[in-house]
Amino acid sequence: MRTEQLTLPPTRPAWQLPTLVIVVAIVWVVVWRQLQNLADWLTYDLIGLPPETHLAESVNFFLYDVPKILMLLAGMIFLVTLIRSFFSPEKTRALLGGKREGVGNVIAAGLGVLTPFCSCSAVPLFIGFVESGIPLGVTFSFLIATPVVNEIALAMLFGLFGAQIAALYLVTGLIIAILGGVIIGRMRPERFVADFVWNVQSGQQMGVLYKPSWDDRIVEAAGATRMIVGKVWPFVIIGIGIGAAIHGYVPEDFLADVMGSDTWWAVPAAVLLGVPLYSSAAGIIPVVYALMGKGAALGTVLAFMMSVVALSLPEILILRRVINTRLILIFIMIVAMAIVVTGYLFNLVIG
Amino acid sequence: MITVKVLGPGCANCKRLDQMTRKVADDMQLDVSIEKVTDYGEIMTYGIMSTPGLVVDGRVVSYGRIPSQGEISTWLADAALATA
Repeated sequence: MRTEQLTLPPTRPAWQLPTLVIVVAIVWVVVWRQLQNLADWLTYDLIGLPPETHLAESVNFFLYDVPKILMLLAGMIFLVTLIRSFFSPEKTRALLGGKREGVGNVIAAGLGVLTPFCSCSAVPLFIGFVESGIPLGVTFSFLIATPVVNEIALAMLFGLFGAQIAALYLVTGLIIAILGGVIIGRMRPERFVADFVWNVQSGQQMGVLYKPSWDDRIVEAAGATRMIVGKVWPFVIIGIGIGAAIHGYVPEDFLADVMGSDTWWAVPAAVLLGVPLYSSAAGIIPVVYALMGKGAALGTVLAFMMSVVALSLPEILILRRVINTRLILIFIMIVAMAIVVTGYLFNLVIG
Repeated sequence: MITVKVLGPGCANCKRLDQMTRKVADDMQLDVSIEKVTDYGEIMTYGIMSTPGLVVDGRVVSYGRIPSQGEISTWLADAALATA
């Protein structure tokens, strides 16, 4: 294996970018803490809406949530990209190599959350894992964890609902990935894998060891932040707009009957409704947030959100190049059932 | 002549890398043949798992990210020197 370090001569002093990041972070926190005051000032003083009316409440919710969620999104994506720059699919494969099922499933689920991974790389990653002898069940733990624990959803839950609910989301997501992988591993999944996968002769691992500097990591994280926020901001605004309308005009506890924890069919219905819907987590969470304020049960709305985010058909269907439809259906069924169970569990514990 | 291969199934990042490489090669006025490799079997023969990948004269110089224009021009210049 040939290893080379490809580092270009630094173009700026090493302290500059990290210092800039720290300064921006401080400004971010200061602005963040003033957002409610800013929204109040805009709604009641600048626009001059009379307080305690439906319109004013909706407008205030909107003006508070748009900057709040966009800032949260930008900050979290930056942080996540920075952390993920220390991981790569190649490193993950090396870490999983030689691991047995069980331990392998646990590590794979964790790495599924941490490894930077775009859905267009799913097929090469799948082949690469299979080729290096990683059990299929372990590979599936990785493939389930990636969409189920969505980093944007995690960040937004943390910002809007607090650390406890974010942690619950993370832990249940990991458990779904671990158990899902274990179950698929028991089904002799080899028979569902396309023949060509077994015949791929992959070349020697090429020895380019890209070792980014801190500057590289920061530049990459800033680029990713700009790209993702640039792509999802319309969904965020639409989502918050819907949320604001619900917040201002739907009466308190209106949803308690339909989406409350006493309605047994609400959870499966929410999951079924979520499958064909495909939205960014950034767009769906403001809606979820507003629904909860109106008496919807946490487990039900969380199940809805997980279903919308994790079960996105276009991304799952990419895998048809390497596994057949039956395994794809099994994959969807397992994840959907796991989400339903999670929904009931949350309603039971918290609702 | 330098042969360059852009490895990727056709996602947005792969297309961007392809365009960037063509632009850098044009700017440097080098004789470069650029080929896009979209077949998974062929991509895997280079031993990479994350796309897009960039191969210059048979050697994988980068994968799993979009390198900067500066990096691409360094690799092309190296290859041009090696063949000269």
